[in-house]
Amino acid sequence: MLDKTCVHIYSQGGLHFAVDGNSAAVHVLDELALELVELIQGSAGITTREDLAAFLQGHPRYQEVGSEVLELIDQGLLFSPDLTEVPPRPASVVKALCLNVAHDCNLRCGYCFASTGNFQGERELMPWDVAKAAVDFLLEASGHRRQVEIDFFGGEPLLNWGVVERTVEYAQAQAARRGKTFRFTITTNGLGLTPAIAEYINEHMYNVVLSLDGRKEVNDLMRATPSGRGSVYELVVPKYQRLLEGRGGKSYYVRGTFTAHNLDFADDVAHLADLGFGEISMEPVVTSEDQPWALREEHLPRIYAEYERLAELYLKRRRAGRPFNFFHFNVELLKGPCLYKRLTGCGAGYEYLAVTPTGELYPCHQFVGLKDFLLGDVWRGITNQELPLKFKDAHVLNSPVCKSCWAKYFCSGGCKKSNREYAGDFLGVDEFSCKLAKKRLECSFYIQAHF
Amino acid sequence: MKKHIKTLSSTALQSTLVDGGCGECQTSCQSACKTSCTVGNQACER
Repeated sequence: MLDKTCVHIYSQGGLHFAVDGNSAAVHVLDELALELVELIQGSAGITTREDLAAFLQGHPRYQEVGSEVLELIDQGLLFSPDLTEVPPRPASVVKALCLNVAHDCNLRCGYCFASTGNFQGERELMPWDVAKAAVDFLLEASGHRRQVEIDFFGGEPLLNWGVVERTVEYAQAQAARRGKTFRFTITTNGLGLTPAIAEYINEHMYNVVLSLDGRKEVNDLMRATPSGRGSVYELVVPKYQRLLEGRGGKSYYVRGTFTAHNLDFADDVAHLADLGFGEISMEPVVTSEDQPWALREEHLPRIYAEYERLAELYLKRRRAGRPFNFFHFNVELLKGPCLYKRLTGCGAGYEYLAVTPTGELYPCHQFVGLKDFLLGDVWRGITNQELPLKFKDAHVLNSPVCKSCWAKYFCSGGCKKSNREYAGDFLGVDEFSCKLAKKRLECSFYIQAHF
Repeated sequence: MKKHIKTLSSTALQSTLVDGGCGECQTSCQSACKTSCTVGNQACER
């Protein structure tokens, strides 16, 4: 049987595409191929390879392109069947921690999902003994896994810089004794960056995420100091530029958030690129629908058009020898993650956990403070044994919506926190985020078709 | 080389069931987003 449910056909910028969701294969079609693939998709009489072969016999116009389609079917790259059962997956280990070293922040950003840093709780910093116990927990819980990860997050992690440095040094020493390697990431608003801290980050952090929303007026509208005085943009841009001068090619992202106030966010991406930031991420705001800056269904046509504009800008700059990288347009089609990884997704709740300043363990940074999702703590480990299994089982093949979606193995079902919030269940989907993710995928395939 | 169809990807995903699953790749949410799950952008580290 030809599985037509997961084949997505679309056109962009004069190019035509067929995405085979079950195999994660992407094809660029000429006009005739588009015609035939659409015909197969819509034909009740063509349900098997044999039906198609018979159809082609009677339609010489399609014979040449038809043989190409048959070849793709035989290779399992078009109208391919999905897995009939979930493959037995390797045992999971905790391999990454998001260390909320500061539940406090020196900014008061209007859209902050962490309630301006405190995650609806006390404003507090993580003491060293908690950070140390978190490292010990991760080294133990990661079992055979060689590479382990810690992301210093908050709030604003630079508010607790002493603990960050001490954690890095302790973790590296302990990892060396066990034959493991740490990858550290730090996500910062940049306010507390000094030359010495920047140098330390460049030396020790595998990745650094620097928050900035784009143009000065856009950034400063949502990202503000507690007093509301001064321009955060003016304070942090020079610091970021200095840090990146010493980055030496290591990974970084300048990461912005777009809201209903800047639906022309491609201009913000362009602005960031003009500032010399070549690695850019621009995320849709996560907030409650009643906020004036919330993205809503009515904004979708404008956002879709903006992603297309951004894709054209991406190509134009690349052709002009001034390329930038946009995080959400990166899709690895040749050497992408294995199926196991795509069924794992973010790994929240069983491979990836968040640690609060008091040492509590949550499924990820988005769940911090939600007591129903408390997993345990860094001293006793995971004591709630049921929750990790629920997270592990909440993969795309168990989701009625995702199972028949062409994008399932690219997005892996999206953010579990959003899905639960909007659909009431891990196995439901946050439809709005889903639509944006699909649009970004379409744009990324469109970009790749040019190379 | 096909005349009408250009395939951007390489092999079918199902083939990775044979030798995938080492788990050494980066946790996806650590990279840049922290708000959306992005997996398809990662390269296999094997």
